[in-house]
Amino acid sequence: MPDAQYANTQLSDPAKEAKARELMLTLRCLVCQGQSIADSDADMAGDMRALVRRKIEAGESPDQVRSWLIERYGDWVTYDPSFNSRTAVLWIAPVLFIVLGLFLARGRFRKKAK
Amino acid sequence: MIAEAGHALLWIAAVLAILQFAFGGIGVLRNDREFMANTKPVAIAQGVAALLSFLVLIWLFLITDLSVKLVVSNSHSAKPLLYKFAGTWGNHEGSMLLWVMVLAISGGAVALLEKRLSDRTLSATLAAQALISFGFYAFLIFSSNPFERMPTVPLEGLGLNPLLQDPGLAFHPPTLYIGYVGISIAFSIAVGALITKEVDPAFARAMRPWVLGAWIFLTLGIVAGSYWAYYELGWGGWWFWDPVENASLMPWLAATALLHSVTVLATRDGLRAWTIMLAVVAFSMSMVGTFLVRSGILTSVHSFAVDPERGSFILALLTIYIGGALALFALRASSVKEGTQFELFSREGALVANNLLLSAILGIVFVGTLYPLAAEALTGEKLSVGPPYFNAASAPVAIILILIMAAGPLMKWRKDDWKVVGQRLAVPVLVMALALAAFAIMAPNIGILSFLGFVAAIGVGAASIAPLWKRNLRRTPLFTWGMVISHLGIAVAIIGMASEASFTKETLAAMNIGDTRSVGPYSVTLKDVKPVAGPNWTAVEAKLEVRRGDTLIEERPQARMFSSPVTATNEAAIRTHFDGQIYLVIGEEQPDGRWQIRMWWKPLVSLIWAGGIMVALGGLLALLGRIRRRSAVDLLVRKEALA
Amino acid sequence: MKRFWLWFPLGLFLLFFGVVASGLIKPSSTTIKSRMVGKALPTFSLPAANEPQPGLGSATFGQGQPRLLNIFASWCIPCVAEAPILMKMAQQGVQIDGIAIRDRPQDLARFLARNGNPYKRIGSDIDSRVQLSLGSSGVPETFVIDGKGIIRYQHIGDIRPEDVPEIMAALKAAR
Repeated sequence: MPDAQYANTQLSDPAKEAKARELMLTLRCLVCQGQSIADSDADMAGDMRALVRRKIEAGESPDQVRSWLIERYGDWVTYDPSFNSRTAVLWIAPVLFIVLGLFLARGRFRKKAK
Repeated sequence: MIAEAGHALLWIAAVLAILQFAFGGIGVLRNDREFMANTKPVAIAQGVAALLSFLVLIWLFLITDLSVKLVVSNSHSAKPLLYKFAGTWGNHEGSMLLWVMVLAISGGAVALLEKRLSDRTLSATLAAQALISFGFYAFLIFSSNPFERMPTVPLEGLGLNPLLQDPGLAFHPPTLYIGYVGISIAFSIAVGALITKEVDPAFARAMRPWVLGAWIFLTLGIVAGSYWAYYELGWGGWWFWDPVENASLMPWLAATALLHSVTVLATRDGLRAWTIMLAVVAFSMSMVGTFLVRSGILTSVHSFAVDPERGSFILALLTIYIGGALALFALRASSVKEGTQFELFSREGALVANNLLLSAILGIVFVGTLYPLAAEALTGEKLSVGPPYFNAASAPVAIILILIMAAGPLMKWRKDDWKVVGQRLAVPVLVMALALAAFAIMAPNIGILSFLGFVAAIGVGAASIAPLWKRNLRRTPLFTWGMVISHLGIAVAIIGMASEASFTKETLAAMNIGDTRSVGPYSVTLKDVKPVAGPNWTAVEAKLEVRRGDTLIEERPQARMFSSPVTATNEAAIRTHFDGQIYLVIGEEQPDGRWQIRMWWKPLVSLIWAGGIMVALGGLLALLGRIRRRSAVDLLVRKEALA
Repeated sequence: MKRFWLWFPLGLFLLFFGVVASGLIKPSSTTIKSRMVGKALPTFSLPAANEPQPGLGSATFGQGQPRLLNIFASWCIPCVAEAPILMKMAQQGVQIDGIAIRDRPQDLARFLARNGNPYKRIGSDIDSRVQLSLGSSGVPETFVIDGKGIIRYQHIGDIRPEDVPEIMAALKAAR
């Protein structure tokens, strides 16, 4: 079978191709063991790359393409979890760690000498 | 008979581990010198038994003994010798035996070499190490016996996964495991010191070389693994934030933090409980990583042997060890004084910040890796956490961290004046400002993280050499050189990462013979495609003429097909030039007879791994420096004693 | 207060233990369910995969009767396994249409000659375009589309004999 158009062919507009490539790195291949569609040899990943490039070429924004896929496959398909009630802890965690660290470290320092 | 001997050696090692635990334990409890002294030879014997058992397994693979189940399912007589040898640990059982062997040898090495710890703490340490070893021997013997025989001897083995048939297999797992499992020494010393309540600068000085040694190997193992994935997977990626990669990164982050906090404890007698905590966490991360990788609880592109039952076994073990150590910490840490307090503006202040930020990154990686599991358990719905999260969450922290890395080594212990530090930092800050201006003008379109990465790394590069200024280079201690080179290595690696992320050029082409396409400064012509054969594979090989200016180089990427087991792999043609790498891959043939060729030009990408090697090299220099100083001090002490 | 904080790391570890232990006890399923179940079938029109049998478009569905939509391919081995079951269902009067993924006409013809042809219509989806729009992540997969053109049910993997009652029930419910 020939590769799907755009599975392994870049878009002619470099700006659109850059957008598509960035998006592909953040979409999960459906049939692989944890690879993005940009890093996979699987035929399905090729077809997904083709889909992404086709939609970007048609003028859709990366966010629209991502939403289109999430509508069909759920949050599993994106490596970039959006901020919502299920991912709140995930996104707040970094700040939490820093605050916790500062709290733990505060006792280690001498109070300002007068 | 040979396989039985290997199996018997495992049992012997397990029994010796019990003995070592009992001797050490009784010695510490009763304060009995004789028991304490006897712990050491037992620990050494245990290390030797485990080593011999491992050598037996290597032998069985080398001669392709097809009466052994593990050899049958993972080897083949027609495999090249290197892969028969390295194939010993290219499977679950063999790699677990390697794991346990490193554990046992680490214990033996401590028994043989460690002279600074008090006898009591050393015995407690060896007892703790023996307890860990024992659990993993039990795991091997009862759930993953590498020496199991076949009921009938088959004519041929099934072969090794072709993705693993690579020189990387000979280097990456052993180095990674020496680091990964070697850090168990820090864990055991910490537990030992908690038991005897001897947490002081002497304890830190004793622990430091062991941490350093494990950390060097861990660094090398990660660098090797990253490069292996980079050239083997065939799409030019070098780090995927995959669970298995994170499993090796987490102990590294903890060990790096530990390396710095142990210095604070050794020099300024501060951060006592925190250093203990980090030592426990570092090896805990190794065990957690092993669990994540072996249980198959998280899907990974790198995992090769998963089994939930084995997962439960490892989970039970790590719960006993980590839970036990943390409970001991909770009970004992309040009796460990936190030590002296610091001035905020001082070397130790910077090191505390380093520890805080490294731990925050560790936390981010840990939460990001396990979040999909937790989310699915709680909501029943799957989600994925990948590079966009890890980069967005950890990079800002990492950039602050490297800025502190620039300033820290230029600050004095105890207390420093910000004006004086400002003077010392003047040149690096100037360099950084120039870099900022240069990138803002010349490359305004690169991503914000790459931009900050470049600027911070260039600043750090300048600052990290600063401790050598106005110093007599010959009299500069080796460990200062080590620090300078490690920090410089970090800067070098970050420049490589930022450059790869922002300046990579990609060309995907379907080419007829004779077609020319360009990628970055190169033009690539497809001259020929023909079949070639290797010892246990056949391949199609493209002949590509790669031209840049007047220089012309021929490259031959292959797409290989292995017969046992049937698997396709890509052998990318990668050439390193002074300013980057060109990465060429042959894909599939199209029905119209054209060939898919993937090409990347990756400027400065090799700095990623070169920087990593510098980091490890710096560690090695520091280790040598510490050992040299120690023997000098020992000599002095002995002389004084004689006088 | 200080003592309380010292137990904090152990607490965190127990949290970790809970998460992974639950993951071990209840391993996550490896299949990705389509979110399109309950929604209208996306509009599509695929050329014939097996001339002269007609191609397949979304207009075929939603004509008052439920239909089975089978995603398959000649290169897919589990598809061979489920072929006799589909044949039996077709003989019982189930209306089955197929979408062949990334398939060549000659391969497909050979596959159908060997394993039987339960399909009323077969569309050729050479770049998985329609498959992706259905939220399907592999072959074989089977959807039940009701008489109004709404996707009512998805079966992932080959249909085994024990799966047939559930699919028949879904068809019945989709009337």
